[in-house]
Amino acid sequence: MNRLYQLLLLLAVAMFAYAPFMIVQAPYESTMGLVQKIFYFHFPSWIVMFTAATVCGVGGALYLFTSRPAADRVTVAGAELAVVFGLIGLITGPLWGRKAWGVWWQWDARLTSALVLWLIFVAYLLLRKYGGPGSEKLSAAIALFGMANVPFVYWSVNVWRTVHPKTTVVTTLLPGMREPLWWSVSAFMLLFILLLISRVRLEARRSELEGLFVALED
Amino acid sequence: MMGKITGLDRRLPRMLRQTLAGFVVALAVLLAPAAAGAQQPPTTAAQEGFVPVDESKPQEHLPAAPLVMTAYAVAWVAIFGYVWSLWSRLARVEREIAEVSRRVDAGSRR
Repeated sequence: MNRLYQLLLLLAVAMFAYAPFMIVQAPYESTMGLVQKIFYFHFPSWIVMFTAATVCGVGGALYLFTSRPAADRVTVAGAELAVVFGLIGLITGPLWGRKAWGVWWQWDARLTSALVLWLIFVAYLLLRKYGGPGSEKLSAAIALFGMANVPFVYWSVNVWRTVHPKTTVVTTLLPGMREPLWWSVSAFMLLFILLLISRVRLEARRSELEGLFVALED
Repeated sequence: MMGKITGLDRRLPRMLRQTLAGFVVALAVLLAPAAAGAQQPPTTAAQEGFVPVDESKPQEHLPAAPLVMTAYAVAWVAIFGYVWSLWSRLARVEREIAEVSRRVDAGSRR
């Protein structure tokens, strides 16, 4: 397990190291030019954020119905990763929009719902940190609501009028743009899996430490 | 007197025709450029006044390279920062586990 983890970590590092070379070779988009290349890190970060939110929500649901500590650990790990990758998406998006739309931010359906989704997971982490005993169940319910928001955020560009590109830009990508995007998505997903395993391990070790403290007091 | 009036009456329609014809020609001369302009394709070139590039809106000449570099730098810093934070938290917990385990073992031997 440990050796497999190290091998996968090396693979992830190699994939991230090679990604810029693929992105540089990708053709320029006709209307946006160079700034569109932010897409190759912006889209994968949101895909990982949505995956982390889903993992967090499923973990929260399992914890609500089974009260298994392992489910709670997965929920915490998922929430933290959703915040980290959501932050990358929320910063890279306005940098792209400043050039493409002429503004840093627009309070439209997509951008606002994405911000609200991110804030839900920030709220989850704050509740876990400062909520005190018993906050696990309440935060698990918040995780569930966060996960339920994911499809609305994803489809918002197709339903409401927004400055953000539609979801079809990904499915209709031409060769040359498609390869670097899916390479980056794979690198981000691999990194997410490795970070999730490590973060769950951290929670498991923390509960072991708590058990040791109880044993010491006894 | 009557004869003069009769002569003027005869000349009047002719003068009126000439005046009307002149008016129509003048109108055609005046309106011709406008009609021709309506048929021309629209142009993006400045026609109402020229604006130097230095005074145009900021986003029109905003360089893309710094934005792209910043976006990638933010992603890398966030990923490395989180990996470092996770690694240091794990290392701290491992240290504490080792310390508390030692104390628990020492306590159980007494």
